[in-house]
Amino acid sequence: MRAFLAILAREFLGYYRTPLAYVFLAVFNAFAVSLAFFVGSFYEANVANLDRFFLYHPWLWAFLAPAAGARLWAEERRQGTLELLLTWPVTVWQAALGKFLAGWLFLATALLATLPMALTVGWLGDPDWGVVASGYAGSLLCGGACLGVASLCSALTRSQVIAFVTGFLACFVLVIVGYGVLDELLSGALSPEQVSWVARLGLWRNLEPFTLGSLALQPATYFVSVALAGLGLGTLAIERR
Amino acid sequence: MALIEASHLSKRYGEIRAVDDVSFSVDRGEVVGFLGPNGAGKSTTMRLLAGHLRPDAGAARIAGVDVAADPVAAKSRLGYSPEGAPAYGEMTVREFLAFAADLRGLAEPTDRVRETLELCRLSDVAHQAVETLSKGYRMRVGFAQAVIHDPEALILDEPTDGLDPNQKHEVRRILKGMAERKAVIVSTHLLEEVEALCTRVILIARGKVRCDESPATLLARFPGKRLDEIFRHLTA
Repeated sequence: MRAFLAILAREFLGYYRTPLAYVFLAVFNAFAVSLAFFVGSFYEANVANLDRFFLYHPWLWAFLAPAAGARLWAEERRQGTLELLLTWPVTVWQAALGKFLAGWLFLATALLATLPMALTVGWLGDPDWGVVASGYAGSLLCGGACLGVASLCSALTRSQVIAFVTGFLACFVLVIVGYGVLDELLSGALSPEQVSWVARLGLWRNLEPFTLGSLALQPATYFVSVALAGLGLGTLAIERR
Repeated sequence: MALIEASHLSKRYGEIRAVDDVSFSVDRGEVVGFLGPNGAGKSTTMRLLAGHLRPDAGAARIAGVDVAADPVAAKSRLGYSPEGAPAYGEMTVREFLAFAADLRGLAEPTDRVRETLELCRLSDVAHQAVETLSKGYRMRVGFAQAVIHDPEALILDEPTDGLDPNQKHEVRRILKGMAERKAVIVSTHLLEEVEALCTRVILIARGKVRCDESPATLLARFPGKRLDEIFRHLTA
């Protein structure tokens, strides 16, 4: 447990040792807010809720979770410290879980920094705070799913750039699945039931219930499954190095 | 009981037999010089012993514990410094050693870090980031993490590589000071190091053990020849 916590702490604080953390937090917040205002017409809608704010989070996470996750294993390989870490008396699973949770915690701080948005809505109107909270929970789970994919991509290379690009592409696929454009394309070849089944494999269709305030089990299971699949496959890749 | 034991270890990379049926054991008090040309299989053998790689055949044992069967127990009895002494560059020396102490679950980690800093003469740079250190200091940091838990078995891959003569002397001095209580394997390209430090020489070429004896016995087998001439003869 102590080893696990030490890895978690090292990885989490590691973000703040480099400018990455501050660039990340700034970019995340700038995009989260400007997408909601300028693309989502957040202000013009004149409704005291945050669903137009959460609407773009799958895009944000698809881009930024790989940016945060790229270093998790690739940097260990590049520095040669993977050999060190794995010859210390810890299991690969302890290391993988510690790294993943550190990354997730870091994503949570980025999300936490958008709270003034929610507080402003609360000041201007009377939002349903349960719905706001469930939106945040959904977004955090969505970020965790993207981070799981990113950690898998990071486990497969020693280059952070390759880890980022492949991680982004994989998450991008998860974002566009379930978007209107793809649904239309697929409807030429598949039946409506099949199209809606495919859409359920995407990030957005699973985040939507959260932004509407329903904490359904199925979407939560989806996010956790994607995260665990990425985490598990990445750990296997490290174990079989 | 042998503290470090390689028993018919083999490891292939595709068609290449990097390590081919290598067996030896190292007891307490022995300092084994691991010699061989580049690509001979020295580092691969050390990685197999340290549990970083899994052997295709054979077994590695640390203090009697099979590395494949109980890796965590075996690794906790071993200190290992990989080639190039990698370390987390962005951490300070003290943070890095504290991290190593935590991962090894040491009791009194703060004391152990302080003692190790003193032993390896790193106290002056304890607050510097590892990546800002000169090569000599970085090699010592790699050495320090390997001995922080005062292990019975110690495996060091080229611990004096790239050091100046004074720094080499310093590393050998520290090693000699602890050698009586430990089983040590040191890989090196420096034949002078073998004569200065080692009680035994294991020479590896093309994945196989070519000789395993004390430096004196080895020299006596080839009267009138220097160690470098013997090295060339045995690895040709």
